[in-house]
Amino acid sequence: MAFVQNLPFISIILSLFSGPLSSILDGKKAKWLNVAVITVIGAMSAAVLGFVLETGEAYVYSMGHFPAPWGNEIRVGILEAAMALFFCVIMLLCMLGGIREREEELEDTKQNLYYIMVDLLLCSLLALIYTNDLFTAYVFVEINTISACGLIMIRQNGRTLEAATRYMIMSLLGSGLLLLGICFLYDLTGHLLMSNIQDQVAVLHENGSYHIPLQVAVGLMSVGLAIKSALFPFHAWLPDAYGYSPVSSASILSSLVSKGYIFLLVKIFYRVIGFEIAGDSRVINVLFVFGIVGMIMGSVSAIKENNIRRMIAFSSVAQIGYIYMGFGLGTTEGVVASVYHIISHAATKALLFVAASGITDASGDSTDFFDLTGAGYRNKLAGAAFTVGSLSMVGIPVFAGFISKLLFAQAGVGVESMAKMMPTLIALAISTVLNAVYFMKTVIRLYTPERKLAKKKNFRNIKMAEEPAKSFTLVCFIILNLILGLCSEPIVTLIGNGLKMFA
Amino acid sequence: MSRKVSREKYEKTVSYRLKQWYEGTKDPFLGEVEMKSQKAFSEDVNAKGKRMREKKRMLARIYDTGNNAEMKIFAKFYRVSSVLFCVLLVFMLLTAVSWLPTFGEPDNPVNNEVAARYIENGLQETGAINIVTGMILDYRAFDTLGESHVLFIATCAVLILLRLDKSTKGSHGMGYDMEEDRLYEPKNDVILQTVARILVPPIVIFGIYVILGGHLGPGGGFSGGAVIGAGLILYVNAFGFAKTERFFNEKTYKRLSFCALGCYCMSKCYSFYTGANHIESVIPLGTPGAILSSGLILVLNICVGLVVAGTMYTFYVMFRKGAY
Repeated sequence: MAFVQNLPFISIILSLFSGPLSSILDGKKAKWLNVAVITVIGAMSAAVLGFVLETGEAYVYSMGHFPAPWGNEIRVGILEAAMALFFCVIMLLCMLGGIREREEELEDTKQNLYYIMVDLLLCSLLALIYTNDLFTAYVFVEINTISACGLIMIRQNGRTLEAATRYMIMSLLGSGLLLLGICFLYDLTGHLLMSNIQDQVAVLHENGSYHIPLQVAVGLMSVGLAIKSALFPFHAWLPDAYGYSPVSSASILSSLVSKGYIFLLVKIFYRVIGFEIAGDSRVINVLFVFGIVGMIMGSVSAIKENNIRRMIAFSSVAQIGYIYMGFGLGTTEGVVASVYHIISHAATKALLFVAASGITDASGDSTDFFDLTGAGYRNKLAGAAFTVGSLSMVGIPVFAGFISKLLFAQAGVGVESMAKMMPTLIALAISTVLNAVYFMKTVIRLYTPERKLAKKKNFRNIKMAEEPAKSFTLVCFIILNLILGLCSEPIVTLIGNGLKMFA
Repeated sequence: MSRKVSREKYEKTVSYRLKQWYEGTKDPFLGEVEMKSQKAFSEDVNAKGKRMREKKRMLARIYDTGNNAEMKIFAKFYRVSSVLFCVLLVFMLLTAVSWLPTFGEPDNPVNNEVAARYIENGLQETGAINIVTGMILDYRAFDTLGESHVLFIATCAVLILLRLDKSTKGSHGMGYDMEEDRLYEPKNDVILQTVARILVPPIVIFGIYVILGGHLGPGGGFSGGAVIGAGLILYVNAFGFAKTERFFNEKTYKRLSFCALGCYCMSKCYSFYTGANHIESVIPLGTPGAILSSGLILVLNICVGLVVAGTMYTFYVMFRKGAY
């Protein structure tokens, strides 16, 4: 076995170990440890991606001396390695973008606790990506939930505590449903390993035995993960959680935590249930309907919102709706579009949160919409970055969001049933217009010259050199967005090949 | 033949004190235990009214309760729809359960080669007589590694939420005082202290026994650690924080959990690495039944036990006073 093949396991253990290690370090050292760990894991994931692309096939890595159905194992393919690399890049940028805010907003003695949460969050994301065992996935979903909750409530004021409570309740409901689904599946198949369950489920599907519990199991797991990733009717926890937590928490939560669950759902559809069987079940139709409704309702809520951070948060609801709509189409093209949207939305939403923090800094820390007037002139880089993010969200060519909308539209046209094609295309059109309404409204507000009256508030001009870390982050995010928008072809083929490897 | 004792001597004997207690002439607690009668919680009517008004105003400001039409409609349908939803969910789950394989049948899908190997070869392959321990700490050790970190991160989350630092003292504005944490309890309670003095050592020793015997019989790190944690909590209740601070403070907890989790990580790192690369492990399994047997399982049990005991105790002190 080549040494490179050990790297996924080493990256999981490294991030797991850095959590307890941070607990005995002080805040500053924990911060650098965190940056170092994310960077090293990103580099290792890149090496793994290179290796898997070269060999062209996925491999399994057994965790211990006992082979798979008895022991645990992880499985590495193109999509897994690419996701790990991408998550590391986004997480590193999110952490860099919020350095100053974290130092100001968090108590000194609780700094290192924050980095423990981030380290273990990264570990759980990696484990969710790589695992080939449903129960391992559940264990790391628990770690993911608790650490995300810690990220929300680390800045203690009334709103974040309430948000964390809501998040905890909804998220635990989701975990409970997921666990119930896993129990049902275990009772029907006698396995927890993904590949073995898939074989058994195929046999059961052919026999037609246990049809009802199987449907219920698929439904429970889908709904559980949908609650955890804030699909439309379950999104009540989201705006406060994203709107009032520190900026790096908000960007990590919106771009990585919810996406980790969605990736697990992709894995469950492909590797546990089997894509054909999942497509035959009516569960994906439910996801489709909720996705479509979410696309519209999320945008409507965002239009009504006057707080810029909450507006971006509501926009996440709409974008999660897009992703579930893609699953709901039940075709491979739909899933490719969804996975691409996971990537483009993660990159864009993190950019928007960091840029919004730059904008509000220049407006006397006010998140109110009317105080942002002219903020694009006061903080030029953040204004530009916010504009790029908005254009990408609306789906203007050259930016990342355009490609995912194009892929969704292509997938929608390719669907056979008229009942799914028309709603998809109509919802895409309406949602794009609604996106444009609230994002362009904000961009226009940013570049409206402020009236003299506004000068009374403590507005200030922020230059790029003032906060090198944040400026660097914003530039990186803009470049990443352009790469995703301009060179999408290799990424789309990579996703397609990765999904083929799943089966 | 009885001897007459002087009154002075008689007053020192146990029987005299027993007689006094029986006749009610002397209360043994008086002067020995610091008793403070509980005060009922009372709040000034004006202060209460002000608090309620402020709460209402804040809700109105945040949620715009006055003219939030969405919320009004939601509040109307909330109870009905939640009951309907729960009934529907219960009905659906019960239907699904009725279609599941009958419980306990020998040819159910769960009775397959996986369980068979655990039962038949568990002893030879892991060296643990308790096959459950063999499963969770050897066959599926990766899951348990995650599970012990769940405990660790839960403690960290509680620390974020409840720990009061020197810097936060003022901001909470609760007039926090170290002594306040046992406002409604007697201090230096003789009965509690005597019982604790008798019970704590056996509890801790029993916990250690449960941890060390995890691979030989029922027990293991999780249950043994919980027993030790309970012993520590009893101790702190009887003797107060001044005594426990001498051997258990936040630094101790952090170092303890770091060492335990680090040791767990490292030992599993070794066995995962050798397992995946098909290298023979050099750790001997030993004779089944001996205390030093079953490879790494004993070490892992000790690590898990330390983490669980520390977690239990930390939860208790955090919820009680917010500091060690």
